[in-house]
Amino acid sequence: MSYDILKSIIVLLALLVAVGIFGWKVYQLLWVNLRRGQPSGPFNQWGERIKGLIVFVGAQLRLFRFLMPGTAHFFIFWGFMLLSLTILQTIIEGLVSFANPHFVLPLIGHFKPLALLQDLFTLFVTIAVLYDMYVRLLVDPDRYKGSHKGQGTMVLMFIFTIMISLVVMNGVRINLGEDPIHAWRPISTIVGKIFDGLDERTQRVIEESAYWIHLGVVLVFLTELPEGKHFHVVTSIPAVFLRNLEPRGWLPAAPEFDGEVGVSTVERFRWRQMLDFYTCTECGRCQEVCPAYASGQPLSPKMLMMDLRDHLKERGAARAIPPSASAAQTNPAKSLVGDVITDQVLWACTTCYACDQECPLVIEHITPIVDMRRYLVIEGRIDTELQDALANLGRYGNSFGQSERMRVKWAQTIQPKIKDARKEAVEYLWFVGDYASYNASLTDITRKTAEIFQKAGLDFGILYDSERNSGNDVRRVGEEGLFEMLVEKNVDALSKCSYQKIVTTDPHSYNALKNEYPTNRNGHHQVLHYTELLDQLIASGQVKFSRKLEYKVTYHDPCYLGRYNNVYDAPRRVIEATGCELVEMPRHRDRAFCCGAGGGRIWMAEGEIKERPSESRIREAVELDDVTTFVVTCPKDVTMYRDAVKTTGNEERLAVKDLIELVHAAL
Amino acid sequence: MNQDIYIVIEHLRGQVADISYVMLAAARVLAQGTRGDVVAVLLGHNAQGLANDLAANRVLYLNHPMLADFTSDAYQKVLAGLIGQAVPRAVLFGHTSVGMDVASGISAQLGLPLVSQCYSIRAEGDTLKFVSQICGGKIMAEGDLPGPTVLITVVPGGFKPDQGKSTQSPQVAPVPVPSLEGLRVSLKQYIEPEAGDIDITREPILIAVGRGIQNQDNVELAEELAKALGGVVCASRPVVDQGWLPTTRLVGKSGKTVKPKAYLALGISGAPEHVEGITDSELVIAVNTDPAAPIFDVAKYGAEVDMFDLLPALTEQVKQAKGG
Amino acid sequence: MNIVVLVKLVPDLIEELTIDARGVALDTTWLRLIINEFDDHAIEQGILLKERSGGQLTVVAPDVEGVDDVLYTAAAKGADRLIKLVGDFEGGVNNHALARAFAVVVNELQPNLVLTGVQAHDDLDGPVGPLLAEYLKMPYVGYVAGVTVSDIKTSLRKEYPGGLIAEMEVTLPAVLGIQAAEQPPRYVAVSKVRQAMKTSIIEEQPVPELNPSGGPTVNRMFQPEAAGRATMIEGDVEEIATRLVEILKETGVL
Repeated sequence: MSYDILKSIIVLLALLVAVGIFGWKVYQLLWVNLRRGQPSGPFNQWGERIKGLIVFVGAQLRLFRFLMPGTAHFFIFWGFMLLSLTILQTIIEGLVSFANPHFVLPLIGHFKPLALLQDLFTLFVTIAVLYDMYVRLLVDPDRYKGSHKGQGTMVLMFIFTIMISLVVMNGVRINLGEDPIHAWRPISTIVGKIFDGLDERTQRVIEESAYWIHLGVVLVFLTELPEGKHFHVVTSIPAVFLRNLEPRGWLPAAPEFDGEVGVSTVERFRWRQMLDFYTCTECGRCQEVCPAYASGQPLSPKMLMMDLRDHLKERGAARAIPPSASAAQTNPAKSLVGDVITDQVLWACTTCYACDQECPLVIEHITPIVDMRRYLVIEGRIDTELQDALANLGRYGNSFGQSERMRVKWAQTIQPKIKDARKEAVEYLWFVGDYASYNASLTDITRKTAEIFQKAGLDFGILYDSERNSGNDVRRVGEEGLFEMLVEKNVDALSKCSYQKIVTTDPHSYNALKNEYPTNRNGHHQVLHYTELLDQLIASGQVKFSRKLEYKVTYHDPCYLGRYNNVYDAPRRVIEATGCELVEMPRHRDRAFCCGAGGGRIWMAEGEIKERPSESRIREAVELDDVTTFVVTCPKDVTMYRDAVKTTGNEERLAVKDLIELVHAAL
Repeated sequence: MNQDIYIVIEHLRGQVADISYVMLAAARVLAQGTRGDVVAVLLGHNAQGLANDLAANRVLYLNHPMLADFTSDAYQKVLAGLIGQAVPRAVLFGHTSVGMDVASGISAQLGLPLVSQCYSIRAEGDTLKFVSQICGGKIMAEGDLPGPTVLITVVPGGFKPDQGKSTQSPQVAPVPVPSLEGLRVSLKQYIEPEAGDIDITREPILIAVGRGIQNQDNVELAEELAKALGGVVCASRPVVDQGWLPTTRLVGKSGKTVKPKAYLALGISGAPEHVEGITDSELVIAVNTDPAAPIFDVAKYGAEVDMFDLLPALTEQVKQAKGG
Repeated sequence: MNIVVLVKLVPDLIEELTIDARGVALDTTWLRLIINEFDDHAIEQGILLKERSGGQLTVVAPDVEGVDDVLYTAAAKGADRLIKLVGDFEGGVNNHALARAFAVVVNELQPNLVLTGVQAHDDLDGPVGPLLAEYLKMPYVGYVAGVTVSDIKTSLRKEYPGGLIAEMEVTLPAVLGIQAAEQPPRYVAVSKVRQAMKTSIIEEQPVPELNPSGGPTVNRMFQPEAAGRATMIEGDVEEIATRLVEILKETGVL
């Protein structure tokens, strides 16, 4: 049998085996497992989705947030795209070798600019791979802690081998005069020069060896593709295409299983969430920006995804399990919530959105956490402090356990008396929020806010003692029922009022009212944060400043104002308008580092931590020379950072002020 | 039927409880109005020595091995018999783990009216009046003590125990004890609180934390101040219930009565059950963000400020005052 | 194990309490009624006993504002039967009347164990527990913080001042006055309570007549005047700390 016929047979068999293994694995992972997941969607807004593909996949946008690794991956990705055609060429030329040993793909095989690009990209990819190897092996950054580093290195070696074998093969073919468009393959030509002096037979051997190595590694890689992080190669495009287009600040409703709310087994996740678990590349960018992880808590969004992925695969390997089966019924040996993902991990999250913001493949880390928290709440697996806070929220509508009437105590000294929005029509309904109303050290700022509104001639009113906690963090803690109850009460109070817009003090209430409350989601009432309102009032001249404060300040973007709702510029314009000079911290805008109070954390016991997120943030601010004021626009930030300033011993160095205080001083 | 005032003496492991003296003091006031005798009722076993300093006209002593330690069953049986026969004007019980177990039972059994949480009693002409303390000490209820016999449970605070003590031993009259068969409650053993921890009743400086401390981690802030001052941390009920401090540190009705030179109450509302334990303090300073907290009625000095703001500042200043 | 827990609702002390116009009772305008804290512990203890040894748990409460929520919450925690006593409870009834009403229901239920809070802050005529025990001719032990049940005997821990505990045994059926459950009352998610509202039934037991004899009549209700009031220290945190250090020096503590 001639070599060429043998070649065809071997290629065919290898291809069948490799594709068979690959196909079987993909079938298990995507078809069998995902079918057990809950329904997802509806999927619409196709134009937006295609744009997403272009931006996140095509332009690899988020990858460049880590510049060098991002650039390297850009080249590897586009190299992969371009060279997939050469791989196709390699396979087909092998299959048809019995008929035509020098087969070249029609059209694409002769397209000169493509050949040039492909050839150049083999060089770029090789350089990128070498750079990545250097990073992985010598730099070993922290974000890879917990990742399967061996797998990562293995893939890089595969790619390296594929590139080298390709250019060697091409180079030798050029030497042997078999490449009509060799002028468009400069890199291969150069590589070919290495073997130029050798006799034809040796070069043929080299050529064929390179061919088999190239094909062999490609097919092995193919069978490895569904394993671990490599699977993102298959799932990333559908994942990005089917990404969540709802507002960030909106959480999907809690599905019920026989009246039980919350995810206790992995089959209770939506299949779209399962797709996210598969898509994690273990790059660790999320881990890098996570405040819980930085403070020494066991939560890492990356490892959360990895654990969920591994658990899903394990369960899939067992026989089919009906989704309605309770956690206890299915696998008592290993429960999703408790064994695979511990309670401590779930409670550590502040829902700051840094992970979801950073992830190059727009994976959602927060929704699975909230889904599992919902289960913990049902089971009563919450610490006593959180229990007390929730009990108070249920009974009194605030976490402080104070009566409703005390909510407006702060307003007693305001003259003229603030309008009761329940009794008179107002233009702006001011939703004050729990912390700004009840916390004795914050009510001064609340009063100043009222004074500013009055000086600006604003027609505003408050709900007095009908206001309840907006429910934002109650929802994120997993107490869906309590969230619904609070929403009902607030909506009931609001429905009896006549107003044009809502303005809030607290970014958390802002987020809930804007994104989660039914009437506002439909755009019936505009919801503003006070910084947006002040920005408008300054622009229109309703608020005028009589002096210029010449402080050098830095500004902390609150999570629920910045990342969740994209309000970055309005507060900055207001700061500027007061005459202050703004110096940005290294982690600013969508990289701002959470104070640690969100996601209900402020209601929980702190636990064992290395360094409080708020303290880390203050240390960051203190690094800025001459900055004397730390400006915040969230009441919880005021308390968290004032504490942190004390505990880090920076009271002489840095003062924490709410933007309201600056505006008030400049009026 | 007579105009005597009976007091059920409470004693635990060889010691007469303070509440008994408070009741004796109250009984003396009442007896002046009714012109009857103050009669102490002592149930126990070989316990006649406990009668020595009771300020009573006479002591009825019921001696029986089954009465050596308090059990609700035995005490109720004996007392119901005694009261049913004697029919005094009033019978005083402590509003305690002892008195409350039996007073209501006797009221139901003999059909006698009962007034509880009684803070003070007095005679106004022929009427006997009571003032009871309810709703955590926030509300006082006043009325006439019904006749011909009324049962009362007494809380401390309205009368000083010293006024119930006497230097002259009263006359002790033994009373036969009815048969105590078929009792359904029995004592197995006493369990002491953990020894080895500090005895807060001997400490001159106490830093007390209440519900306002919010969580276990914050207790450390109080510990730091205590260390700086050379004092010890103690607590009110909610803190001990949560397990943030051991029961040996509990001050109040179910805990210990303390007599420090200085008592700093942080985030404590001042409910009667707690205040009971600190009335003998020389100096009480209260820190609470609620200006209406009852603790401010008991304290000599107060500050309406967040204790989390105050603690670090105060600890620092104390350190400077001592070290610097 | 057949356990009955008796619950009453009391004024929430978080609100400012005021006296009504007649001067003999609390003003009900701003009054909120919540479950008596000790009864909440009794429910928790009952649930714990049921979880350990199985059986049935019934919760009984008088019909006042807020009682439905209290009963459904108990069901969400695991109570099997909910009974609401319907009668003339609006003006407030004393414990003698309540205990007599409870006794009728409990006699029908024939439980092994009856649990109730050791006291309530509005008790003016003694706590409910021991009154009820006597009407039922059952033994009573109060200030209980810990119960273990086995066959006929029940052993319990009774609290005395100073942290002293007495381990006692009582023959069932018996009434126990709970001071504290073995763990603080558990949190139950609102969605579970809402579900209980759909799936649980509150049985109504009419109480034709309430007999309050045994309790005192109140002629006057008032807020206590403080014998003395603390001298408040003003200023910011640093100033207060300075003044306190001064005071401590004056008293010889520092």
